[in-house]
Amino acid sequence: MKKLACALGALLMATGMASAEDLKIGLVVTLSGPPAVLGKQIEDGFKLAIDDKDGKLGGLDTELFVVDSELKPDVALTRVKGLLERDQVDFVVGTVFSNVLGAIFKPVTRSETFLISPNAGPSTLAGRNCNPYFFSTSYQNNQNFETLGKHAKEQGIKSVFMMTPNYQAGRDAVEGFKKYYDGEITNEVYTPLGHQDFSAEIAQMSDSGAEALFTFMPGGMGVRFVKQFRESGLADKMTFLSAFTVDEATLPAQKEAALGFFGATNWAPSMDLPQSKKFVADFEAKYGYIPGGFAMQAYDAALLIDSAVRAVGGDLSDKEALRKALEAADFESLRGDFAFNNNHFPIQDFYLLRVDQRDDGKFWTVVDKKVFDDHTDSFAAECKM
Amino acid sequence: MTDRSVTQDRAPQGGATPARRFGDAGLLAGLAILLVLALMPQITAVAGGSYVLNLVMKAMILAIAAISLDLLIGYSGLVSFGHAAFLGLGSYVTGIALTEGIYGALPILGLVLLICGGFALVTGAISLRTSGVYFIMITLAFGQMLFFALSSLSSYGGDDGLTLWDTPDLFGAYVFQTGSGLFYSTLVVLALTWLAVGRIAGSRFGRVLRAGKESPLRVGVVGFDLYRFRLAAYVIAGLFAGVAGFLMACHTEFINPSTASWQNSGTLIVMVILGGMGTRNGALLGALFVVLIEEALSRYTVDWKLIFGPMLVLIALFAKGGLANLLARVGGGR
Amino acid sequence: MSSTLFLIQLLNGAQYGVLLFLIAAGLTLVFGVMGFINLAHGVQYMIGAYLTFMYFGVTGNFLTALLLGLVTALCLGLALEALVFRHLYDRDHLDQVLATFGIILFVNEAVKVIWGPGTLTLPAPEFLSASLQLTDNLLYPVYRLALIVVGVLVAAGLYLVVTRTRVGMLIRAGASNADMVSALGINIRRLFMIVFGFGAMLAGFAGALAAPVFTLEPGMGDNLLIVAFVVIIIGGIGSIRGAFIAAILVGLIDTLGRSLATDAMNLIFDASAANQIGPSIASMLIYIFMAAVLFFRPQGLFPAKGSA
Repeated sequence: MKKLACALGALLMATGMASAEDLKIGLVVTLSGPPAVLGKQIEDGFKLAIDDKDGKLGGLDTELFVVDSELKPDVALTRVKGLLERDQVDFVVGTVFSNVLGAIFKPVTRSETFLISPNAGPSTLAGRNCNPYFFSTSYQNNQNFETLGKHAKEQGIKSVFMMTPNYQAGRDAVEGFKKYYDGEITNEVYTPLGHQDFSAEIAQMSDSGAEALFTFMPGGMGVRFVKQFRESGLADKMTFLSAFTVDEATLPAQKEAALGFFGATNWAPSMDLPQSKKFVADFEAKYGYIPGGFAMQAYDAALLIDSAVRAVGGDLSDKEALRKALEAADFESLRGDFAFNNNHFPIQDFYLLRVDQRDDGKFWTVVDKKVFDDHTDSFAAECKM
Repeated sequence: MTDRSVTQDRAPQGGATPARRFGDAGLLAGLAILLVLALMPQITAVAGGSYVLNLVMKAMILAIAAISLDLLIGYSGLVSFGHAAFLGLGSYVTGIALTEGIYGALPILGLVLLICGGFALVTGAISLRTSGVYFIMITLAFGQMLFFALSSLSSYGGDDGLTLWDTPDLFGAYVFQTGSGLFYSTLVVLALTWLAVGRIAGSRFGRVLRAGKESPLRVGVVGFDLYRFRLAAYVIAGLFAGVAGFLMACHTEFINPSTASWQNSGTLIVMVILGGMGTRNGALLGALFVVLIEEALSRYTVDWKLIFGPMLVLIALFAKGGLANLLARVGGGR
Repeated sequence: MSSTLFLIQLLNGAQYGVLLFLIAAGLTLVFGVMGFINLAHGVQYMIGAYLTFMYFGVTGNFLTALLLGLVTALCLGLALEALVFRHLYDRDHLDQVLATFGIILFVNEAVKVIWGPGTLTLPAPEFLSASLQLTDNLLYPVYRLALIVVGVLVAAGLYLVVTRTRVGMLIRAGASNADMVSALGINIRRLFMIVFGFGAMLAGFAGALAAPVFTLEPGMGDNLLIVAFVVIIIGGIGSIRGAFIAAILVGLIDTLGRSLATDAMNLIFDASAANQIGPSIASMLIYIFMAAVLFFRPQGLFPAKGSA
């Protein structure tokens, strides 16, 4: 029994350490399994911003606590409670995935700690469950898909084959696309999450006679699908419209198989803005790979915190003033125009992107055209704040 | 701890092992563990803080599910690979009831018991036609079916899950609100589960189950309908796990289909084996150990599985009978 | 659905089935002959893929890389057998589950640390990189056809080994009654080692063959392991013939189910409900199939134990 008590005591000590710093930020990202690629981008982007500010965001010595959500909502919840109660962080920045954000949302906002999402943007948090303590430096999930829908309509594409994974984000994608697109939809296909072999779906595509394909296949699914789609020869027959499928996270594996395919989001590393160019150059020099939107949004999240803390003169106790300062969004975003809507989601431009090869042989996305100017999400009206 | 030889002398017919399993030593050790758990709010107030208390609470909830699973694995020889389904079902019934405006803890618990019991009765009736590894796989099949069914409930968040904005109340008292209220409620349920499974194991019912584990044929010859006994055990285990699901929904204030995933079922099995199956405190120790060690290791490295994996292998190789037996051996060796 | 599309789907289902068979064959033998629950079998699939990837980076030749990968996978399998598995043969099934689960955690993490978490791709060998014109606008990679051919050849070879050779006879005897084989003075330990090493290599072979089609990821074998277990349960543990038939059945049901489930639901529900229910039913199909098979035949389709 004594041994058990000792062992328990040791565990408690190990899990219960704390230390004091001026500005403490908890970063909740996924660092396990294949999605770790995305979590790493966010971690690297955020750290780069801290370095650029000489370790001081808002003039305060900044300590960063990085925790791994393991893409398990219950694990994320446990660790976030650790950040809040043990480490007493002033800000929580996270997450990559909506289901993890849903798990940590209530405890973080209830503790009156500001939560800033560098990626996940589920519709409920933009709409009826919007919260004074929640901000997003990314987008509402549907917006990238709306961009593709609007583009498809403008291009006069007559028929579309839709394929997304069978989960909530996949269904949001279909909904977002349909909001602006009113042409014919030949098929709506939902694949299992983590799908391996797309040959059955590709056969359906060729049979459908659709003019374009709309898809959302993040991570490894995207790599597999793009490769198999290219091999099927359909790439020459159908326009490939996608979001989170051909981006800087997947292109290193997809390479030329993705060349010429379309994506849509709020920024591209090739964008011709001085702050963006500097960021991409610094990032590549430091981490050795091309940053994607995940890293950009994390960098912006750090800049946002920096601007707000600076505006209140480092006084983190006055939450009301801090919120006002955050809402002002008084920083130079890497993507250019940036302002917060009433629901604390950004008002920003959205672009159609195209996969291109750089002079050094690496692949990245370039802006094909601007689709939305100062776009707001469709759920802001439901937000009573 | 009590001298082992004494308990062995008092062993009932059927060999020395049950004595060590169900002797006073196990009972005392279990009570001591529960006592330590009961004092956790005071202990963590000194060291660790409410974060550790939260962690302990999560371990206690999983322990309820693990102990109920041990009734199947340890006592009945029925390795269910779908036990997390009941956790998931219990939490979803709770979450959906709260969303639909049912706030009373008693009606919600009634629904949880009804639905989990019904699910256990139907899936158990089919699964128990098989045995051994076929039973493992058919319970997995039912677990997976439930997982996909929960994932497709898009009006309740689909696989994104659903944040719960309300807490069940018991006649106006918020004993299930996350914090000390929920802690003591969980403790009570845990203690009751531990006592109940201990009692069941020692009863005639439990002896039939155990005899069925050793030799199903013999039990049949003696005249017991083993199928019914097993089905009853399966339903009882499902009910306890369902209540654990209810507590989990209250604790996390969030429901998500991954609670019912096969990975989670696997973790529950690991807890039971690791702790020592068919022992009074094995599942309880296993759940505490897995949750706390995972969290402690992950503080040091993201790649904590590099340490945890070999640890499991070593325990499997060298600690026959799991942690409970290891402790008993250390205790008995003095 | 047009008949051409249906034929293409049959081809796809067969290809998935063949791949499942390669994984399931080793699993069913290890399980059937040794009574050993090897959860680490999926990890061996992953190792085969990553080793081939690594050797491909060095040699630049797919076949050489495959050969080297197989040899290394075999060695790793034998090392695991000697270090861990050998000591667990006589133990409770659940100790085996615990130990092999620990191995899964370790190897998945180790692969992530060594090769990184991201998805990697491996090109198909040059001589199989062509495509067939299947319909007016659909190409079918020759590599996938080769996969089916190789799978069927391996299945036939395995069947011959198991039914016609002395080792095969021992394997069959071991599957139906291991104690008796041992009592007859056969070195059962060595038989176990051979079966285990061979099973590990088969899984690695499947991983290497699948890599050009399915890409590489840490943990890539975990979900396939579950499906492989479904296959050997449906087929009957220890039966190569059962594993082959069940693998093809599962491959076809899964592939055809995904394209037909939504259409079928459309007949019953309106379009949006069908889109909701169809994919979920499709994901459940193989489990429903397994539950149904076990309901009517609790020992699977071709039980090895107790049958002649």
